[in-house]
Amino acid sequence: MDLAHDVSDDTIFHLEDDHGHAESGSSTMLGFWIYLMSDCLIFAMLFAVYGVLGGNYAAGPAPKDLFDLPLVALNTTMLLLSSITYGFAILEMAKGRVRSMQMWLVITGLFGLAFLGIELYEFAHLIHEGATPQRSGFLSSFFTLVGTHGLHVTFGLVWLVVLMVQVSRHGLIAANQRRLMCLSMFWHFLDVIWIGVFTFVYLMGMLR
Amino acid sequence: MFDNPALLKAIFGRLTLESLPLHEPIVVATFVVVALGGIALVGALTYFRLWGYLWREWFTSVDHKRIGVMYMVLGIVMLLRGFSDAIMMRLQQAMAFGGSEGYLNSQHYDQIFTAHGVIMIFFVAMPLVTGLMNFVVPLQIGARDVSFPFLNNFSFWMTAGGAVIVMMSLFVGEFARTGWLAYPPLSGIGYSPDVGVDYYIWALQVAGVGTLLSGVNLVCTIVKMRAPGMTMMRMPIFTWTALCTNVLIVAAFPVLTAVLALLSLDRYVGTNFFTNDFGGNPMMYVNLIWIWGHPEVYILILPAFGIFSEVTSTFCGKRLFGYTSMVYATIVITILSYLVWLHHFFTMGSGASVNSFFGITTMIISIPTGAKIFNWLFTMYRGRIRFELPMMWTVAFMLTFTVGGMTGVLLAVPPADFVLHNSLFLVAHFHNVIIGGVLFGLFAGISYWFPKAFGFRLDPFWGKMSFWFWVVGFWFAFMPLYVLGLMGVTRRLRVFDDPSLHIWFIIAAFGAFLILLGIVSFLIQIFVSVRRREQLRDDTGDPWDGRTLEWATASPPPAYNFAFTPVIHDGDAWADMKQRGYRRPLTGFRDIHMPRNTGAGVILAGLSVVLAVALVWYIWWLAIVSFVALIGYAIAHTFNYDRDFHIASGDVTHVEDERTRLLAANTQAG
Repeated sequence: MDLAHDVSDDTIFHLEDDHGHAESGSSTMLGFWIYLMSDCLIFAMLFAVYGVLGGNYAAGPAPKDLFDLPLVALNTTMLLLSSITYGFAILEMAKGRVRSMQMWLVITGLFGLAFLGIELYEFAHLIHEGATPQRSGFLSSFFTLVGTHGLHVTFGLVWLVVLMVQVSRHGLIAANQRRLMCLSMFWHFLDVIWIGVFTFVYLMGMLR
Repeated sequence: MFDNPALLKAIFGRLTLESLPLHEPIVVATFVVVALGGIALVGALTYFRLWGYLWREWFTSVDHKRIGVMYMVLGIVMLLRGFSDAIMMRLQQAMAFGGSEGYLNSQHYDQIFTAHGVIMIFFVAMPLVTGLMNFVVPLQIGARDVSFPFLNNFSFWMTAGGAVIVMMSLFVGEFARTGWLAYPPLSGIGYSPDVGVDYYIWALQVAGVGTLLSGVNLVCTIVKMRAPGMTMMRMPIFTWTALCTNVLIVAAFPVLTAVLALLSLDRYVGTNFFTNDFGGNPMMYVNLIWIWGHPEVYILILPAFGIFSEVTSTFCGKRLFGYTSMVYATIVITILSYLVWLHHFFTMGSGASVNSFFGITTMIISIPTGAKIFNWLFTMYRGRIRFELPMMWTVAFMLTFTVGGMTGVLLAVPPADFVLHNSLFLVAHFHNVIIGGVLFGLFAGISYWFPKAFGFRLDPFWGKMSFWFWVVGFWFAFMPLYVLGLMGVTRRLRVFDDPSLHIWFIIAAFGAFLILLGIVSFLIQIFVSVRRREQLRDDTGDPWDGRTLEWATASPPPAYNFAFTPVIHDGDAWADMKQRGYRRPLTGFRDIHMPRNTGAGVILAGLSVVLAVALVWYIWWLAIVSFVALIGYAIAHTFNYDRDFHIASGDVTHVEDERTRLLAANTQAG
């Protein structure tokens, strides 16, 4: 039995014109986005842990005794501004202006450093007062949640420096633009997480 | 210099000569055997000058098919280790009656049941499932490779690195004695001060990175790289289950990573997450780890369901019955798998309403699962069934798994669970679903896709030997555990007082012996098949009269999978193409753009293993050095922009002409 004649002549079973292995930018964006969502789950879990342990002071200090809201507000401002300046860098990238993009990246990095510096100062201060991560379930979960965010920012800063070197070497080629977009998503993502930390840990901590 | 303990401690951390388990004759004997085998293997590879070949063609390969095969090899090797643990436990429990202590002391026995669980789930089931998905999915969707081929290679080596860490614990130091999920406070530093739990933590963390990245990779591949015409509802069912499984991986493994990180903080830094004092909460660990752990069960079983669907449809020569309902059943299971974790610890005491909620959600899962069973049955109904090996595994699965599913529903009833919690009934239940479901599925998948991977079939005789030993052995090994569990015997016991229980353990040990024969037969099957490969050769690329795209290309497929990207008009794309008289294109080949091999994955994973071992033994200088090297190397790797090349059209033509010749010879012969 020959069914070949059933094939209408215009039925296509393969593409003549082939573009080969497609590691296109959009694939990377989706992949990185999925990775970010998995990272988001780590934070979700740390938030949940803080929700469970956040009230377990073990006769130690409570949020009201420890948190310095003006300092945290300053800290938050630094991080939010760094997100805005990263946005400016991406706008410059879209216009293909390498030098001013690099400048905005430097400013972003400086804001990030300021954020980390203030956070480290806060941690040192807490530990100096005896509010160490070992002191209570509340402090364990506080340091871990905020510290994990801080580690992410540190990683983001290293990445930022690496990308600036790569852009200065190769210019705004497609691969570099893709990497800058990934770091952009990462950086804004950290901002969103921080807003959660600020609200859930610091502001609500002062109300407890 | 060797008299200075402080200096030795600075250099070697807590690693001393006493860390080597020289006082355990069984471990020493195992070590000697493994060492001799290892030396023989290394010697043979050197003698036959295979290292360069292995490094260039396999270890550094970014080809999804080769990575898939490497995952399978890893899984099968680790199956031997995990099964050794199993048969040692069976032997111990069959011996330790009437005042006998058996042959394993409690330290050793506790390590064995922990290692058995950890290895079987993380380093047998996961690599085998991931390996099959890696190999099959890009072929089924008509793609050249996965979305991120380098990441794929790196993922494999991280998984292998985790396996190396677990294996190392057998001979240097010890493994955890906590059970496979390492509940605190037992796994805390107070009750487990030695390296066992640290080995556990770092092995899972290293392997977990690999699993997570491979999950991201495959989700992205399935979403982005399907051939033109392949809408979501035209995807082969195995690809659907792979998609759901990888979504589950991405959504569950971060929780495992985080909860193990918290446990390591408790152990290394002295925080109070899961401690009994200073505001810690050990039950939080149990909750968190099962929020990962329950989806993990479905991560393993969903691809097995996919394999059974493909096999049933192929060997009945019919379109799968109820494709749409199969897809929705898979999705519903994916979602529900997140809403049942508390059924693992109804006895926590969370109260009637919480327990009822989780009991009911658990029972609801049996509905989509039941729908799947009926779909397979209706596919078989009036089908022209060919009882080849994959189909035999499928039928055995349907009979075995249904029993396991029903005992699962029984355990989902909280009052019943209060009686059966942590009993051998539970052990029998989950082995019933994991062996009867996942493992049978993997064996079906291996015998189904083996000819695609290597170009020749597996020997059917030894395959049937393996099948019957496994299936009968399973029933002998685990049905007695149901009985014992109902009589109240709890799990993880080393010695027994009541002589009336003895007979059941002897039957179970007999079953384990049959399974041993099943595994041996499986190895013989591979050996015999390789020797008889010329008789078993398949030149058509389509030995089973398959229905999906992977059977449209050569066996083994060329590096580029498809010379031209296929265009799909039907769910069973290849069946549709065959029916409509599709002719293979013979001319007009073009250059094909492919990713380049790289050794970066091996090096990064190797550095991760060094870092992990340094952390296990408190060798802080080495931890710092390897961490800096890891980050430094990763950054250096990003400076390499030259990551792809073109397969010249002439080479493609050459490969395709060879296939044309084989196909023509085959047609004349047939």
